[in-house]
Amino acid sequence: MLNDQVQKEIRGELEHYPTPRAGCIEALKIVQNHERWVSDTALQEVADLIGIPAAELEGVATFYNLIYRQPVGKHVILLCDSVSCWLTGCGKIRAGIKQRLNIDFGQTTADDRFTLLPMACLGNCDHAPSMMVGEVLHQDLTPESLDQILEGVD
Amino acid sequence: MRVKITVDGKSYEVEQGDNLLRACLSNGLDLPYFCWHPILGSVGSCRQCAVKSYQDDDDTEGKIVMACMESSNEGCRISIDDPEAKRFRAQIIEWLMINHPHDCAVCDEGGECHLQDMTVMTGHDSRRYRFTKSTHRNQDLGPFINHEMNRCITCYRCVRYYRDYAGGKDLDAFGVHDRMYFGRQEDGTLESPFSGNLVEVCPTGVFTDKTFKQHYTRKWDLQSTPSVCVHCSLGCNTILGERYGGLRRVLNRYNADVNGYLICDRGRFGYGFVNSDQRISEAGVRIADGCTLESIDSDVAVRRFTSLIKNKESLIGIGSPRASLEANFALRQLVGKENFYSGASAQEFELVATVVDAMRNGSTQTPSLRQIESADAVLLLGEDPTASAPLLSLALRQSTRQQSILEAAKAGIPMWQDAAVRGLAQDSHGPLFIATPAATALDDIASETVRAAPDDVARLGLAVAHELDPKAPRVVKLGARLKLAKRIAAALLAAEQPLVVAGTASGSKAVIQAAAAVATALGVARAKAAAPWLFLTLPECNSMGLALLNAKPLAEIKQQPKGRGGSVIVLENNLYRRAKAEQVDALLDGKTLVVLDHVQHPTVDRARLVLPAATFAETSGTLVNNEGRAQEFHTAVMPTGAIRPSHGWLLSGLTACRPDEKHALSLEDLRAACAAEFPELASTWLSDESPTLRYAKEKVPRASFRASGRTAMHANVSVHEPTPPEDPDSALAFSMEGFRDPDAQLIPSYWAPGWNSVQALSKFQFEVGGPMRGGKPGVRLIQPCKDAPPSYPDEIPAAFAAREGEWLLLPLSRVFGGEELSSMDPAIQVRTSQAQLLLHEDDGLSLGLSEGDIVEIQSEVGSFSLPVAMRKNVCRGVAMLPLDTPGVGFLQLPLYASIRRVSG
Amino acid sequence: MERPLTKNIDAGREPLGLKDYEAAGGYQAVRKVLQEMTPEEVTAAVKKSDLRGRGGAGFPTGLKWSFVPMGDDAPRPKYLVCNADEMEPGTFKDRVLLEGDPHQMVEAMIVAGYAMGADVGYIFLRWAYRLANQRLLAAIAEANAAGYLGDNILDSGYSFKLHVHTSAGRYICGEETALLNSLEGKRAIPRAKPPFPQISGLWGKPTIVQNVETLCNVPHIINRGADWFKSISRSAEGGTKLYGVSGRAKNPGCWELPMGTPIREIIDEYAGGMQDGLKLRGLLPGGASTDFLVEEHFDTPMDYASIAAAGSRMGTGTMILLDDGNCPVGMVLNMMEFFARESCGWCTPCREGLPWVEKILQAIEDGNGCAEDLDRLSAHARDLGHGNTFCALAPGAMEPLQSSLKYFREDFQSHITNKRCPWS
Ligand SMILES: Cc1cc2nc3c(=O)[nH]c(=O)nc-3n(C[C@H](O)[C@H](O)[C@H](O)COP(=O)(O)O)c2cc1C
Ligand code: SF4
Ligand code: FES
Repeated sequence: MLNDQVQKEIRGELEHYPTPRAGCIEALKIVQNHERWVSDTALQEVADLIGIPAAELEGVATFYNLIYRQPVGKHVILLCDSVSCWLTGCGKIRAGIKQRLNIDFGQTTADDRFTLLPMACLGNCDHAPSMMVGEVLHQDLTPESLDQILEGVD
Repeated sequence: MRVKITVDGKSYEVEQGDNLLRACLSNGLDLPYFCWHPILGSVGSCRQCAVKSYQDDDDTEGKIVMACMESSNEGCRISIDDPEAKRFRAQIIEWLMINHPHDCAVCDEGGECHLQDMTVMTGHDSRRYRFTKSTHRNQDLGPFINHEMNRCITCYRCVRYYRDYAGGKDLDAFGVHDRMYFGRQEDGTLESPFSGNLVEVCPTGVFTDKTFKQHYTRKWDLQSTPSVCVHCSLGCNTILGERYGGLRRVLNRYNADVNGYLICDRGRFGYGFVNSDQRISEAGVRIADGCTLESIDSDVAVRRFTSLIKNKESLIGIGSPRASLEANFALRQLVGKENFYSGASAQEFELVATVVDAMRNGSTQTPSLRQIESADAVLLLGEDPTASAPLLSLALRQSTRQQSILEAAKAGIPMWQDAAVRGLAQDSHGPLFIATPAATALDDIASETVRAAPDDVARLGLAVAHELDPKAPRVVKLGARLKLAKRIAAALLAAEQPLVVAGTASGSKAVIQAAAAVATALGVARAKAAAPWLFLTLPECNSMGLALLNAKPLAEIKQQPKGRGGSVIVLENNLYRRAKAEQVDALLDGKTLVVLDHVQHPTVDRARLVLPAATFAETSGTLVNNEGRAQEFHTAVMPTGAIRPSHGWLLSGLTACRPDEKHALSLEDLRAACAAEFPELASTWLSDESPTLRYAKEKVPRASFRASGRTAMHANVSVHEPTPPEDPDSALAFSMEGFRDPDAQLIPSYWAPGWNSVQALSKFQFEVGGPMRGGKPGVRLIQPCKDAPPSYPDEIPAAFAAREGEWLLLPLSRVFGGEELSSMDPAIQVRTSQAQLLLHEDDGLSLGLSEGDIVEIQSEVGSFSLPVAMRKNVCRGVAMLPLDTPGVGFLQLPLYASIRRVSG
Repeated sequence: MERPLTKNIDAGREPLGLKDYEAAGGYQAVRKVLQEMTPEEVTAAVKKSDLRGRGGAGFPTGLKWSFVPMGDDAPRPKYLVCNADEMEPGTFKDRVLLEGDPHQMVEAMIVAGYAMGADVGYIFLRWAYRLANQRLLAAIAEANAAGYLGDNILDSGYSFKLHVHTSAGRYICGEETALLNSLEGKRAIPRAKPPFPQISGLWGKPTIVQNVETLCNVPHIINRGADWFKSISRSAEGGTKLYGVSGRAKNPGCWELPMGTPIREIIDEYAGGMQDGLKLRGLLPGGASTDFLVEEHFDTPMDYASIAAAGSRMGTGTMILLDDGNCPVGMVLNMMEFFARESCGWCTPCREGLPWVEKILQAIEDGNGCAEDLDRLSAHARDLGHGNTFCALAPGAMEPLQSSLKYFREDFQSHITNKRCPWS
């Protein structure tokens, strides 16, 4: 069952919209904030809470890349792989992560701490390459600064 | 308004504002498409219908537009043949084929595939994509539908049909970019009772008929025959496919007035009883021990039959609402009109009579099923049409969009702009008011729902009538429902075309009368506006036909002066479904029982003589649907062995026992005799459609001209090709040769050059989605009495009061398992859930029950046990009992009963 | 040089709070329109300024507003949506405004909302802009408390609610009609136009979708007038523009400059020129959906008409530089990967065509290209053009492809002939 806190947050969010359906994406994100990802059970519960069919919610959930329908690690690394970051060497950063954490795009470390995902342009192109770890933006990445950043993550 | 458009230099007349794709197709032009569909409108996603459009006469460049997304306006100039447009269309196919498995050789859709047709039409023929194809996992979607996602071309038709059109909740589009997936959220049976239409809506082999797959035949090897569905009273038109003497599949047959492009799953998949090995296939006579049925050959059977019916005085004939008009009439001829009984239960008899009375003597108009889609305010009383008359529910669902369609038109958005119309409407529906004892499958789109016992439903209806016409009787003590009645009355009155729906499935005469009263009062209140619509459902496929033959009610048999002795001939009927066992036994005791039927049942078990009858698939005949539309069906499978059409047995008997009188010898004679006796029915057959009149020289072939392997079919038995069977009863031939013409009245299948899929249908219509060029929509037999003075029931039922410790048992229709013939189909059986007694949750709690508990239901007529289902959406004080629940036997409902928990 | 949009912005400190923003002249425009102007007059003022949309397409803003049904019979509620999705690769200008001066954004929403008679406003913000989200919410809370938002604003009788909606990813959400579907909690599939959002938009009601930068211009136009707006530019098109530079320049960044500032000036004077040892080979003037410009174009003024004349589009005005140390094929491949991945899956050409293009480019880049590949690419560039697809995503994607085939054809050819990428 979605816990009270999750339900409360979802209900609060629904108030911004004239129809409950409109809050469904926000609801999935709230679930994710608490549980990292949206399990089948959670999906069904959100659908019930909002009052839309699970299939419809699944259609929505599988459309957006920031809704995770598979388990992710504690920290999701969103590495921008769009053009400005490509020009400035995001490939090297990807390689650096692979070397350090032994994961490539779509993979999670064995200890469940990191998941690496490619990310469309982060809108931080003047400080490319960029990535987000969780909600924190890291910029002007170099293989060296990458090590520091990963070390700094709890 | 008609306007002129120019296509490739030629001028065409089209409807102003129609989309150009439909306009082109309506004019017989070949323009490929995928995402567009006549009932789904345009969304512009596949980009297949690209044409060149020119701004004015000086424009020589033109630009590519999607025909389905453009309106036709006067002077509009387009080109289909433009090289750039052609090349682009071929490119679209090439893109769609990137991941397509090209498994046509083993694909169920092959030979009848819209994708194949369009591929050939665009000329795309060689592969340039050199990378790997993507693949998908398929889902188990239940007993009806096979899923093969790799064939998907992402046209979105499936979801648009299943979810947007039919209101299904469990099929959707998942994923994004080139990883799209169409299916359920998890494996499992598709819940919508209209899922089968996916088979025809999907332009390729993603969704195919699983029941057909089990005895698969190439589509072009089927012999196709126009038929009419026998699984409810609506009379949807179907095409039956035969091969090797078996019925292989049922498809929709377009009827512009009835079912349009669709049928329900009961109609599509319920055909298994025809092929069943439980069929009665031989004539039999019960030997002395009273149990064993001894097989006899047909001649012996006719002789036996003749001897049993010799004495006309002591004959009783019991007809059937599921047998054809002709079979019933033949029985009537045999036994004489004074000895001809309807075979419906006493209650059904009365309810049907009430319906016929309202239709014949009232001033309201019965709409066609298709017209219902355009009603813009609906009041539904007493029953759940999804279960009792499934396609009606689909039509009502469309009607709830009517107001938003009108709204969109005001904002300049044409109806075919599907996404835009739905976007403007959002979740607004209706008005649709529903008053029933339990939840209906339309509740999700209802403006208001009330749960009430039938008498209260009737009272609400009468109150609405009173609001509309003060001359209608006033219902007192309505409480809060008075306000509701006022709201309903106001909504109906404000509508362009209001509709009232009820029927016999409520089991209540008062409900039917109340519905008629609302429609009558609406007529009074609307004065000169178009007559309001009244649509009433009936129990079975030929309930109406039987009623028109003036059969007497079963109950009157008792008063037969002759008493004991003589014979009772039962036509395609199980009497134990029609009356209490004791009553049936009393009726049959001391009489010789002859039963003509194709399926086993307790009445057959009692018969002295059993005559194997043809199913609807093995004979020709006529059924009259609930709106009084007579429609012919034809032999799709030649009966084998001893099986004969019922009317055949009856006519042989008649000729043999009264050789000196002049009798009908053929189906045609029988029809002539019937028409002579019932002038009302005359128009059914006496048009130029009579087989011998129309196609004197050439018959219409059932086989496609691509049929293959005909000569090899029986080669394991004999290398000589057998002579095709003769079918004297129709203008159809089991042959590849004959008269094929899109203008013909008998259309066994749709095919046109380049169009092998069902989408070829547009070549047979005057205009896409409009009437057939030749095909016959049936004949309406009953016309309302335009100047009938308004009349209202004299009696107002008393308000329902829940009784202490007793529950009012009411009939609950079920889409699967609630209809006699389809219930025998193995796939339908998989879809049939266990029968449960349905109660209001609080009533259940007051009995100390929890969901699934077994309860004993006890009434003065006996007791039985069932698991219980508890819901909020049920009227308090009533208990809903599924019709035809195994082990329960005949019950005349409503009935008060007590309920007791037996076990958990 | 006037920098109305960024005058309050100083990256080194927190953005102005309500008090400071007011002290800097903030919320004057709200007061002015509510107290002195009818909605029609506000629209007329914007029309007169010739302000053009800064989201990429450059559609005249005032004209767009004039299609909204006004008056008592107009359908209600009406919605104003700020497009703050900013996912066009290479684009980071709206972020500057959202993070740097959130009250300006809020004020702009109120003024524009008033002009169209909007009841509710949504700022559709991409998820990644966490800081902007935080700052916007704070500014909205302050504005609510001060009575600039909510019921009966400043006793004017006008009420306006403002919400921030954060997205869940997907570039297509930036397309205005897909954005509306996303706001409604649906798959972000674009809608057919007509009907335009002004007639049937969010929840079927009249709606305007406007880019962040476009909106932020509005309060200044109200305060200072159309003539002023035109006077601060260096071209026939009025106003300033947030120009950006990314890629391997010395000092990539974003600057508010007069409309029509030449390309070379922006790169050399503001971005500090190329990094040492690198040469500029070409650039995309306004995000990944614009055609390459090369050496011969570098003196072109950055305004809609001039860039169009040079064969590209101004787009978002944030340029992406291709230097000689990067492979043009690889760069285009990277963008095609992006567009193929971000296609919504609705229309055939985009859904199936882009992945094919991507695979061909990958093959070329990997040394597996073949002779027909360039024709296949050109054919796609043509067939995925405007009008052939359902929305502008795929046509946008084709712009860098077609222009790279024109300007860097030898590079493609050499990959195929030598079966390798010279840069790898
Ligand atoms: C694929 C695609 C992505 C877009 N992304 C954005 C975006 O991120 N931000 C934006 O403001 N406009 C974007 N647009 C443009 C919008 O559709 C729309 O034109 C714009 O928001 C209108 O605002 P404006 O007139 O103020 O520029 C995009 C368009 C397309 C076709
Ligand atoms: S499954 Fe069939 S109908 Fe549905 S989108 Fe795919 S091809 Fe079309
Ligand atoms: S997503 Fe718009 S053209 Fe495909």
